[in-house]
Amino acid sequence: MPTPHSKPEPVVLTKSELVARIAAQQPQLLLHDVELAVNTLLERLSLALVAGECIEIRGFGSLTLRYRAPRAARNPKTGEKIWVAEKYVPYFKPGANLRKRVDRQSEVAQ
Amino acid sequence: MTVTKAELGNTLFGEVGLNKREAKEFVETFFESMRCSLERGTTIKLSGFGSFAVRDKKPRPGRNPQTGAPVAISARRVVTFRASQKLKQRVAQNSFELAQQLGADQAAKTKPGEPKSA
Repeated sequence: MPTPHSKPEPVVLTKSELVARIAAQQPQLLLHDVELAVNTLLERLSLALVAGECIEIRGFGSLTLRYRAPRAARNPKTGEKIWVAEKYVPYFKPGANLRKRVDRQSEVAQ
Repeated sequence: MTVTKAELGNTLFGEVGLNKREAKEFVETFFESMRCSLERGTTIKLSGFGSFAVRDKKPRPGRNPQTGAPVAISARRVVTFRASQKLKQRVAQNSFELAQQLGADQAAKTKPGEPKSA
């Protein structure tokens, strides 16, 4: 992906770096608006999961909730028995397009 | 209800004030940027939401779950997601309501939120 500064690809991309990249591709938008839009998207996705809705992004993947049954556990520090209530946890399943594109790179590298 | 790219576009239209075309394009660019980075093996950390990372998996023996026949699973590169503590907490705090809504027994067998007839 060509960027104006064409920095080398970092090992970790943070939200602010992602915002800068999108801003470079959307020159009609102010950096501040891109930041607002990215935060709005992430909050919409979070709210969906909190409300038990699932998310399906064609070509990227889906985010759903997985059920975790209640269980007895131990506090690793004190050995004290504690009860962990049932809960839901977010789960991501990569979509076909993303899976292929990521895996193709490993074939090229080998 | 399932959240899709169209729904995310509507959110940007309603809350950020992008026009419909800009909103649609923004949603595409957002996910395409992340795909491009993941393709290069980059971890993406979205504070307050979670992180997407790429992991190299070694080849391993597996089985066809239907026939039980052994099959080899080749080495591959996969994307994993870890929800942030904040998102995990927000979801867990609402788990009682979610269990009422989704049905814990049903959830134990199927994935919640997915169409029951799927």
